[in-house]
Amino acid sequence: MSKDVWTIVSIVIVAALSALSVAAISWGIDNHEIGFGFWIGSLLTMGIMSYLYADNPFYKFTEHLFVGVSASYWIATYYWTQIDTNLLGRLFPEKTSFLGMTIDFSRHGHEQNLWYLIPLVLGLFMLARLIPSIGWISRWSLSFVVGLYAGLRSYGYLQSNVMQQAKETFRPIIIPGDFWAGFNHLVLVVGVVSALLYFFFSKEHKGMFGTISRVGIFFLMVSFGAAFGFAVMGRISLLIGRFDFLIRASTAENGYPSIVVTVLMVAILSILAMKNKGKGEDEDELFEP
Amino acid sequence: MFWKTQIPVAIVFVVGMLTLVQWFIPHRPFDQLQVHMTQWFDIIAVFAVILGGLNLLKLQFSKIINRKKDWQYAIVTLVGFAVMFSYGFFRIGVPGEIVMGDHLQAENSHFRWMFFNIFTPLSATMFALLAFFVASASYRAFRIRNTEATLLLVAGMILMLGRVPLGALLTKNLPSFMQLQNIQEWIYLWPNVAGARAIMIGIGLGMVATSLRFILGIEKSFLGGDE
Repeated sequence: MSKDVWTIVSIVIVAALSALSVAAISWGIDNHEIGFGFWIGSLLTMGIMSYLYADNPFYKFTEHLFVGVSASYWIATYYWTQIDTNLLGRLFPEKTSFLGMTIDFSRHGHEQNLWYLIPLVLGLFMLARLIPSIGWISRWSLSFVVGLYAGLRSYGYLQSNVMQQAKETFRPIIIPGDFWAGFNHLVLVVGVVSALLYFFFSKEHKGMFGTISRVGIFFLMVSFGAAFGFAVMGRISLLIGRFDFLIRASTAENGYPSIVVTVLMVAILSILAMKNKGKGEDEDELFEP
Repeated sequence: MFWKTQIPVAIVFVVGMLTLVQWFIPHRPFDQLQVHMTQWFDIIAVFAVILGGLNLLKLQFSKIINRKKDWQYAIVTLVGFAVMFSYGFFRIGVPGEIVMGDHLQAENSHFRWMFFNIFTPLSATMFALLAFFVASASYRAFRIRNTEATLLLVAGMILMLGRVPLGALLTKNLPSFMQLQNIQEWIYLWPNVAGARAIMIGIGLGMVATSLRFILGIEKSFLGGDE
């Protein structure tokens, strides 16, 4: 098949599958009694979990689906919350007619502000990146973003990250009647100063300076440990959430979706693994269809 | 050269200076600059997200057309994109009285159903999976056995144990200052804050220096390689 024919065929296949999927999902959603959400949720959850065994077709399927669905999800969310509300709502605040179409963004309640043509133009310039011959014009939009961010953040960070933090660090270390409060303040001062000295690279970390910067490393390690602990706890709570879902999806009223999906998945992966046993040295080749 | 390099550098300078000035002259018209320019920033950022989406489509179609490795899965990405897009932008599965835009959060909209039954399981499981990799990473860190790695893991362990009922149960008979929930609180409030604050101050100073380099045109890396 020539490349041009294959291009058209692939577009037709994608369009047909998309229309079919929309119809099937809409049917599933409208028929609550079949527990469609539990079946889909179980399939997707177990599909991603299957990666713990090895990279396999179920994981690849869910991973690719995740990319497509999340890209569209964010585009839709940002379009309706920013472009529709803040851009078009300000450019066309009253009901108007354009090329036979009725444009109505009056529900957002903004006043007309034609200065908002600037972000519209810069936004369109950003999309020019898709056309190589005029892609350079997207630099103008990027420059606006860089300049704005630099201007806003340089002062903002100076205030919040430097001034405020320094002010909160230097507290009294001797507090009559409360030894431990003073001690804690001392820990804070020593920790911040020593860790900052660790980041000072203009002088070699030797002698007294090296000792202080080593103390700084210890404080930094405790901070990283705390961040690590919170990261683990966050992930574990997500995992508990997914297990909770799978348990809820294992009831008879929905037809045991999580159990059926797990058994089927294990069976298919086992058959594929046995079929391809000894074929390749790479683990990825274990599940080649 | 002028349009591709000097104009972008001039835009950074003008926009950067204008936003800097509004911090020091908090009166009209400068005080309005931050409000509107932040909105402009968000709007342009949305176009960047749209650009990302279009680029994704371009790459996936090129993967199918050139039949690269695993091209079949690119169809899954495109179908997933198209389905979510249909529910996001067309009036499919939107209850009659709901205005487009409000359907994102509407109780019975199919877009919301997709969020809770497809997007959430996928994203939550993907991130939950990292728990296993973090466990294996901590095992490897334990094997390094130097003071810094030990400190990191001990602090992490105390923090985790001290914040769950098991930690309190394990040390409930010990004196107050030796109970895990109290130790974790002290670590969290003092040594942890000291380290985190030093990092924040470092980031703040770095941010100021880098921002000034951008505004003054010393740093031009954002223009890409062929400036």
